[in-house]
Amino acid sequence: MKIAIIDYGAGNVQSVLFAIERLGYSAVVTADKEEIITADYVIFPGVGEASFAMRKLESLGLVSVIKNLKQPVLGICLGMQLLCAFSEEGDTAGIGIFDLKVQKFSEDLKVPQVGWNTITDLKNELFEGIAANAFMYLVHSYYVPMNAHAISTTSYGVDYATAIQKDNFYGVQFHPEKSGAVGSQIIKAFLNIKTTNA
Amino acid sequence: MLTKRIIPCLDIKDGQTVKGVNFINIKSVGDPVELAYKYAQEGADELVFLDISATEERRRTLLPLVRKIAQRIDIPFTVGGGVASVADVEQLLRNGADKIAINSAAIKNPQLITDIAKQFGSQCVVLAVDAKLVDGQWKVHLMGGKTPTALNLHDWVVEAVKLGAGEILFTSMDHDGTKAGFAVETLEELCQLVNVPIIASGGAGNKEHFLDLFQNTAVDAALAASIFHYNEVPVPELKGYLKENNIAIRTV
Repeated sequence: MKIAIIDYGAGNVQSVLFAIERLGYSAVVTADKEEIITADYVIFPGVGEASFAMRKLESLGLVSVIKNLKQPVLGICLGMQLLCAFSEEGDTAGIGIFDLKVQKFSEDLKVPQVGWNTITDLKNELFEGIAANAFMYLVHSYYVPMNAHAISTTSYGVDYATAIQKDNFYGVQFHPEKSGAVGSQIIKAFLNIKTTNA
Repeated sequence: MLTKRIIPCLDIKDGQTVKGVNFINIKSVGDPVELAYKYAQEGADELVFLDISATEERRRTLLPLVRKIAQRIDIPFTVGGGVASVADVEQLLRNGADKIAINSAAIKNPQLITDIAKQFGSQCVVLAVDAKLVDGQWKVHLMGGKTPTALNLHDWVVEAVKLGAGEILFTSMDHDGTKAGFAVETLEELCQLVNVPIIASGGAGNKEHFLDLFQNTAVDAALAASIFHYNEVPVPELKGYLKENNIAIRTV
């Protein structure tokens, strides 16, 4: 099984790699198009600023590569947000898998939201065996509003989507690689999804 | 509901965990990798790791240690101590840190906060600030609390948030090591001033101090070292107690 973690210089690939290694798998950390296209599973992490990250992806020629992937793809945090069509952060056009607009949390709240919050309305095989109201670690200033692709919901001032899914694309706002045993279980569930490249 | 975080802090010197009283008389309390793993298993919500080694030579041991801890734990991991450039941050993230704490370097060069936030995001930048009362005013101190500055705590926190700090870790040097409770009044003042998360540090001595903190301030997290290291207040017991008292807490 080949797992590729996309490394585009925006944020923390190392934590994701360590989480996969703790599960007993190995992964390649890469920006190489062939490596990504031929992987059975692709993880698209990201921490940082949206427009900076998109420019990085464009300069590496990875936008169309990601858009055309057929195997299971998991966008984490900023990775999930970049799979959407647009982000208010830096007025950034995203990759556009999901026709969604990423918005900033209200100024009435502490921003970024940092810490452990619950996920509910779990709707996908990604959450097989996960109890509603499980705690996940989140750190973000922008969020994906509720939508038809939502497969988990969290509340912070508003109810919003903490996970989305469309075809082979999955996005999670929380950090499964930093969310204890429950997070590991979600990564494991993702790696159990049937892959088209196998 | 977003929960309050309980954060054990590992002060590291020469590869060992240490904890002093009022920043002096430092003594060692053990292997940081084992301690970190134990805390993650027990339900700690995050770990903060502060390298207080003085020299470059000793600092060379830092990155491999960060890496070893990051490999073992599955909770967020903040690393600080001597972070002085964007390149330092990149190296720490590359070795598995999730956030970095900056202190002295940000005071000398406030632009550094903005530079780091621009590249890695505000959520990656924790401003650590040590302060104590000097003639009735909270003054920021440099170099692990050894050197006073003219900066007022409240002004510096407001400025740092404007520059891009995503979280504030405030250590009251007057409370640190005393085990007499947190600087509750001052922490609540900081909560009113800025809308980023505040981590309270300095003074934790028993469970009641944490309850007092969360009931009387809007702080998001409480950090402590020795009470956890010496098992005086085990993390699970503390979290159970806070939950019983209706504080929003994650339990494992």
